[in-house]
Parts: sequence; structure tokens; C-alpha cells
Amino acid sequence: MAELMVGATKRARPAGAGFDPVFRILCFAAATTLLTAIAGVLISLLIGGEPAFAKFGLRFFTSTVWNPVTDEYGGAGPIVGTLITAALALLLALPLAFGVAVFLTEFCPRPLRRPIGVAVELLAGVPSIVYGMWGLFVLAPLFAKYVEIPIMGLAPPGSIWETILSGVPNGSGLIAASIILAIMILPYIAATLRELFLTVPARVRESAYGVGCTSLEVVWSVTLPYVRKSAIGAVMLGLGRALGETMAVTFVIGNSHGFPTGIFDSGSTIASTIANEFAEATSDMHTSALLALGFVLFLITFAVLAMARALLGRKDPV
Amino acid sequence: MALAFNRRGRRSVANGAFILACTLATALALVFLVAILASLLVNGVGGINLDVFTMSTPATGSRGGLLNGIVGSLAMCAIAMVLAIVIGILAGTWLAEFARDSTYGKVVRFTNDVLLSAPSILVGLFIYWLLVRPFHGFSGIAGAVALALLAAPVVTRTTEDVLKLQSRQLRESGVALGAPVWTAIRAIMWRAAAGGIITGGLLAFARISGETAPLLFTALNNQLFSLDMTKPIANLPSIIFNYALSAYDDSRRLAWVGALLITIAVLGANVIVRAFARERKRP
Repeated sequence: MAELMVGATKRARPAGAGFDPVFRILCFAAATTLLTAIAGVLISLLIGGEPAFAKFGLRFFTSTVWNPVTDEYGGAGPIVGTLITAALALLLALPLAFGVAVFLTEFCPRPLRRPIGVAVELLAGVPSIVYGMWGLFVLAPLFAKYVEIPIMGLAPPGSIWETILSGVPNGSGLIAASIILAIMILPYIAATLRELFLTVPARVRESAYGVGCTSLEVVWSVTLPYVRKSAIGAVMLGLGRALGETMAVTFVIGNSHGFPTGIFDSGSTIASTIANEFAEATSDMHTSALLALGFVLFLITFAVLAMARALLGRKDPV
Repeated sequence: MALAFNRRGRRSVANGAFILACTLATALALVFLVAILASLLVNGVGGINLDVFTMSTPATGSRGGLLNGIVGSLAMCAIAMVLAIVIGILAGTWLAEFARDSTYGKVVRFTNDVLLSAPSILVGLFIYWLLVRPFHGFSGIAGAVALALLAAPVVTRTTEDVLKLQSRQLRESGVALGAPVWTAIRAIMWRAAAGGIITGGLLAFARISGETAPLLFTALNNQLFSLDMTKPIANLPSIIFNYALSAYDDSRRLAWVGALLITIAVLGANVIVRAFARERKRP
């Protein structure tokens, strides 16, 4: 009764409201943790890689010598390998992902739409190390037998094609890694594009059909322009994944440090080099060179992902 | 007349080719999924026996299983998920309920989205620098923290998204009843958003349970059974990585079994999520 009287005269602070500021601070701290984490990644790689940058300078980016015995490290091989595999993967994955997204939104019979959509999302869920094993034991032997050897046989001796196609035909190498990467990023890009296509208002598409457009014309002239900016973001998101992907690539790229001479040649990426060597680094400079490579990878992926986010916003499925 | 027919014919041929190409692309994607699952089943199912779950990784040529890896992975994932859920729910709540459109809120939101697809190996390097080098040793804790950093952004993002979907009336109702803000959030907002938050947790689990790269130089690996989180600890992904590249058939067989187990865990979590989530309608 007394409490009621107090309530009538003065607005009481609810019991337990003293915890409100604490709760607010806890939430703020958790959010700040995430920001600190990404800053921590950047700072640790910069500090750790600094000795290598200081010792080798610009040579770190131009030299292809990666020799733990003489403690001489040049990152051109892995850096170029990262860029080539990611670009090739995107080239292979994009048309397929676009086709899948269009099929799911335009042509797929309604009862199959959900199962196929889920199947594509499951493909995105398969762990990267499983892709790696599959690439090494299943894809690589088939690839060597049915693609590499026949194609290399076709190249006229002495021509530029012979150089581009050179390498040991064992199924491992840059192109095999690119194919595995393409299969991995295909579902990400497809799922995001599909989300985007679903945002196009039905009446816009239907009005295009209404004036007699074919499906191809609707997709090309109505759907795509409607989501153009976000679609580029979706593609860059896929590129970001391909650049930093580690285990799948490590299994199939062949892991040689030199500058790749042809697309069938074995090579390495930044991520695969770190995965292979970091735990067994032979000297402080070796560790530092690997961290420096990590710093380069961070800058590349951060730039790509930041651009992707700026274009895409939050329209991707988690 | 003939001209009109040709033009229409060309358009419909192009359209037919387009439909065919899209269908083939989808078929190809499904072929990849089936091929991967099939080779996992073919190579992995035959290797499953009681030893896998009752014995630790063998010395070359002797009997053994994956018990140490399974337990180590589960332990690290459990710690990582607890950390990630606490950080993720609080951070997501801050973004949805407190920060809204403030500049700092936008920065955190953007950072979280970048972290969502950042290379996991770089997170591993950071944790190595933060928790392994200063303490002079690889440890299960370091592995768990690395995994937590990969899982937290997923929980944060889903928590924020699902909290923002709740109605304004619901948000105000608790405070109108005279409850403290944090009670209103805990008892009303989190409860209303529980389904979405659980989905986020499952997706986060799916993301980290197969992660290999960040564990290679945080948790390392351990040939023996161990639950000591301050020492290197065995984990399925590292065992798979080592054994898959081994020259011995027994080791390779165990690698396939491990890969099968991980895939079942990851895809299982994904299927549960999809079963709960409803198909989105077209606007």
C-alpha cells in the first residue's frame, strides 16, 4: 500500500533499473570487441610482417625467390598465384551462378524450387577441407586424364600455346585450384543473386512480359538493370571469398613457390603458403615473411570486401 | 511476313538457348553436390566402425580411430560457441536497440559484415600473435578463441536482423509496463527473437565446425587423447589435413571418415536451419 502511495506522488524508478547502464556498456563492449578484432588482425600482421618489409623492401613484391634455407623471401609467386586463381575462379563461377539464380527465380517448377534452392545452399555449406580432399582424390586424376593431357597434346610445339599450357599433367596446379574455388564460390554468388532477383517487383517483370518480352529479354533488360549495383557487389563478395580461401587450394595447387609459367603449372597462393609453412617456420624472418604475405592478403581482401559491402549493402543471405 | 517470322524465330531460339543454359548450369551445380557427397559416402562409410569412436589416432600401421579428434573438436567448438553467442547477442542487441543509425553503429555494422567473409586464416594468424606466441605454446583455448571470432559475426548479424524485425509496439510495451530497459530486452525482445537467434547460432556452428585453416597454428594437433585446453589439442580438421596427404591407406581411410563426420555435422545444422526458415515470398 505504501508503495502505491509513493507511486502516486512521484514516478518511481523501476526496480532493477540500476543495471540498465551496465547492460548498455556490456552490449557496447561486445560490439567494440568485433571492431577491435579486425583492427587486431591488421595490426598484428603489420607488426609481425614489418621485419620482412624492412629487410626486403620492394623486392618482397617483385622477387620470386622464396628460400627458407638462405632466408631469402620474395612474395611475387604467391601474390600472383592468389590473384590468378581468384580471377579464373570468378570467370568460371559467374556464368554458372547467374544461370542457377535465373533458373531458380524464372524457370524452376514450383515444387522443385525449394529443394534445389536448399541443395545449392548445402553446396555452400560443405567445409573447405572436404572440397580439398575431393579435388585431390577425385577431380585431379580425372582432370589430368581427360583435360590436361589431351589439351597439352594439341598445343603446337614452339608456339606461345605450348608455354601457356606447360606443366606436369598430374591434375594439380593453378587451373585445378581455380576450378575447385569456382565450385566453392558458385553457391555463394548464386544465393546472393537469387536474393537480389527476388527484390525485383513482380509488376515490373510482368509488365515486360506483358509487352511481349521473352524470358531472356526480361532478365537481361529488366531484372539485371534493376539490381545492377548490388549484383556487382555480390560478385565481389564471391571474389573476396576466393582470394582468402585456404584449405581447398592447399590440396590441389601443387605448392611450388616460383612464378607460375603456365595455367597447368603448380603454384601457390598466399593462404596456401601460410597454411603449409607457418607452424613449421624455420626462422624469425621466415615467420615474418609469412605474416607480411598475410598483411598483403588482408589489404587485398579488405579492399574487395569493403567495395562489395558498399555496393551490396545487406542483401546477401548470411 | 517472312522477315517478321524470322525475327520472332530468332528471339525464341535465343530464349530457348538461354533457358537451356540456365537449366544446365543448375544441373551442373547439383552434379557437383552429388559427386562430392557420393565420394564422401563411398570412401567414408566403409571406414566407420566402433574403433573410430572409441580409439585415438593410431601410430602408423596399428588400429585406431578418431576419438581424440572428435572430442577435441567438440570441446573447442563448444567453448567457441559460448563465447560467440554471448558476444554476438550482446553486439547484435547493441546494433539493433542502442546504436541504430549512429556513426559508430554504422562502423561496427560494416566491420562485422567484412569480418563475416574475411579469410579465416588471417584470423588464425592474429590469434597466434595474440595467444600463442606470448604464452609460448599452441593451445586449445587459442583454437577456440579463433573459432569464436569467426562465429561471432554470424550471430551478431542474425541477432540484429531479427531484432529489427520486431514491431515498435512490442519494443515499447515492456518499458510502458515499468520494466527496466534491460529486462524489457531480455524478457520480451530476446524471447520474441529467439527463433532467429537460434538460427544464427546454428549457422555459426556450421561455419566453424569444418574450419581448418585457423586451427593449424593455434590448436595445432595432438596424437593423443587430451582435454587440457591449455595444451595443443587434437581436432578433426587438422587430422584430416595430415592424414589425407599421408602415403598410408589406413590414414587416408580415416581422413575420409573424418571428412564424412564433419560434413554430416555441417550439413545437418544447415538442414535444420532451412527446415525452420520459411520460403520468402516475392514482393
